[in-house]
Amino acid sequence: MTAALRFDPIRLPPKCEQLRKEVRAFLAEEIAAGTFDPHKPNREDTDVPEFSRKVGERGWLGMTWPKKYGGHERSFLERYVVTEEMRVANAPTRRFFVADRQSGPVLLKYAPEHIKMEILPRICKGEICFAIGMSEPNSGSDLFAAKTRATKTDGGYLINGTKIWTSSAHIADYMIAIFRTSPPTKENRRHGLTQFLVKMKQPGIQVNPIGQITGQYEFNEVVFTDYFVPDDHVLGEIDGAWKQATSELAYERSGPERFLETYYVLTELVRAVGNNPDTRSAEGIGRLVAQVHTMRRMSVSVAGMLQAGKEPVVEASIVKDIGTIWEQQLPHRVRELSAFVEETATNRETLEKQLDFAIKTAPKLTIQGGTTEVLRGIIARGLGLR
Amino acid sequence: MPISNLGNAVAESENIVAETAEKIFADLADAQTINHDKKGEWKAPLWQALTEAGLPLAWVPEDCGGSGASLAEGFSVLSAAGRFAVAVPLAETMLAGWLLAQAKIASPDGEMTVVPASPKDRITVNADGSLSGRARGVPFAKTAKHFAVLASDAKGSFSIALVDASKCRIEAGIGLGGDNSDTVTLDKVQPVATKPAPGGFDQPRLMLMGGVARALQIAGALESMLEISVRYSNERVAFEKKISKFQAVQHNLARLAGESAAALAAATSAADAIANATSFDDEVFLEAVAAKIRCSEAAEKGAAIAHQVHGAIGFTVEHILHRYSLRALAWRDDFGSESYWAVELGKLVCVRGADELWPLVASR
Repeated sequence: MTAALRFDPIRLPPKCEQLRKEVRAFLAEEIAAGTFDPHKPNREDTDVPEFSRKVGERGWLGMTWPKKYGGHERSFLERYVVTEEMRVANAPTRRFFVADRQSGPVLLKYAPEHIKMEILPRICKGEICFAIGMSEPNSGSDLFAAKTRATKTDGGYLINGTKIWTSSAHIADYMIAIFRTSPPTKENRRHGLTQFLVKMKQPGIQVNPIGQITGQYEFNEVVFTDYFVPDDHVLGEIDGAWKQATSELAYERSGPERFLETYYVLTELVRAVGNNPDTRSAEGIGRLVAQVHTMRRMSVSVAGMLQAGKEPVVEASIVKDIGTIWEQQLPHRVRELSAFVEETATNRETLEKQLDFAIKTAPKLTIQGGTTEVLRGIIARGLGLR
Repeated sequence: MPISNLGNAVAESENIVAETAEKIFADLADAQTINHDKKGEWKAPLWQALTEAGLPLAWVPEDCGGSGASLAEGFSVLSAAGRFAVAVPLAETMLAGWLLAQAKIASPDGEMTVVPASPKDRITVNADGSLSGRARGVPFAKTAKHFAVLASDAKGSFSIALVDASKCRIEAGIGLGGDNSDTVTLDKVQPVATKPAPGGFDQPRLMLMGGVARALQIAGALESMLEISVRYSNERVAFEKKISKFQAVQHNLARLAGESAAALAAATSAADAIANATSFDDEVFLEAVAAKIRCSEAAEKGAAIAHQVHGAIGFTVEHILHRYSLRALAWRDDFGSESYWAVELGKLVCVRGADELWPLVASR
């Protein structure tokens, strides 16, 4: 076995609590103004550009980035607070979430200076939306089997092929995608893929919506036909994309969005049960609250370790593994516990509608952004089994 | 970096106390040796070394006869005790000393335990100051020389008392983990010393302190179960390869790592919350009960996987796995089971109301 697992008892510093109050007040104002309904978890179906701009105005996008790119040089723990409050309120974060969490940090690390100066401030203002081009029709979890080609031409590359399951591609302004620039080698099957910044809404890109079992059209097929990407849009090393996805994945894996996706059904169950629960309801709710508390402690702990410059790769994968399974099972546990809720419970209909949606959402939670199987492979490697 | 309120100096001394405990356990509580010692000859030297290091009375201030370690330092000893699945009443004596110290009663030498050890049992203070009542599932009562007793009078006021074990009736029992889990009956027993409990100190406080101790021990035992399961899977060959190379085994071990991680995070967080608490509010209550609940759940899932990985050999008396797995399962029942505390937590959450749930969870 390698090193022992670590989950230091990290607490959010006091300045986070002031920030939390500000975020809650802002969300309450937006709810009162009718910008979104916290009881309707249809965030993914809803693109609310004005909300995105307001969040940017508050300084809550690019929170940890350098000020010269429009960022705010705050801590990851402060960003954590904003993320969890938005998630729990079912705020419409779709337009900015991927750019803020993932795409911005990739650009910060690998984009040339003029591109950073051009794009990062616009992410911070909440103006632009990003998509991630990873999966293809015949390569999902097996990322390095990607076939979409980037062929060298004068001043850049010509892209041909298809990305699939691309969330938000239909509204995105940019995509960060991996394309094949060379064939894999015998020694390294991961060789030959390069990361690119792709400007969307251009000729040569066709976005076809794909319906999901939730009734939403949130992901897409994206077809590239002789689409030109200039040289300065290459992100990082040619043929070396496989080296570029290590520590930032820890942020992606361990955030509050990895266990709070269906949290709203628990709140609504407590409302439906009322303040004098029977033993069965009390025990069920108590266990679920103990579980979500533990998940959050684990997630905050990883955020704190990342802030301190550590690389808790295995711990982050564990958070996503058990967090996504928890949020996947939650609507089913709540359904069981709500079986004997009084017919007269005032929020009965809300709870039923939420359960319907959460149960339909549940299957994707252990697939998106790295399947359970892939995560367990990473954990097993960390344990010294592979 | 905001690792709670621990200054470096405290964090450092915590390591020294824990390292002292680790070293004693490694030298004198090696699972393999203990498992082959059918006469229990390992116990006396271990207890003597622990006593010489001041660990059983770690939580007792120096003016009450103890070594005056901090709560955090004591908790780190319990984590280590869990990792070694230590089968002497170290946690129990620490808890007893801590309870007596709440009322500034000096601790005697020797093994102690706390009475009651379940939230369902009550010991009452009679009008003449004697104590009566029955407590079930008291760990290590049979070998203890003294009990630290929490009792309440007819008005519901709590007292803390030091009781001579020989004055009580003890029906010995063996718990799931193979350690004593006894029934203690007090019939108008006059205590050696008794004092009122400090304001606000009640039975749930004692149960939750005991619960967090058990949570830390379970988390420690799970760490060891993970370690020995990983090691075994890298040694055992089946179908012409190490079983660690089978994806099904890898995924089981990854799940065990997840349960071990959850237990560790919940227990460590609760210990930190109690060590730094200025009052026992809803937030500290959540930390403590969540640790007991989640660690108990992890014990069930984790022990099952550890046994599955080991196959038949792990089911034998000769193998050390049961020392960890059965104790982790047994510790679930002490100081209130996960079902008991889940009901209490569920009631609290419902009384606070739906819109106060997230503020509670996100309070720190």
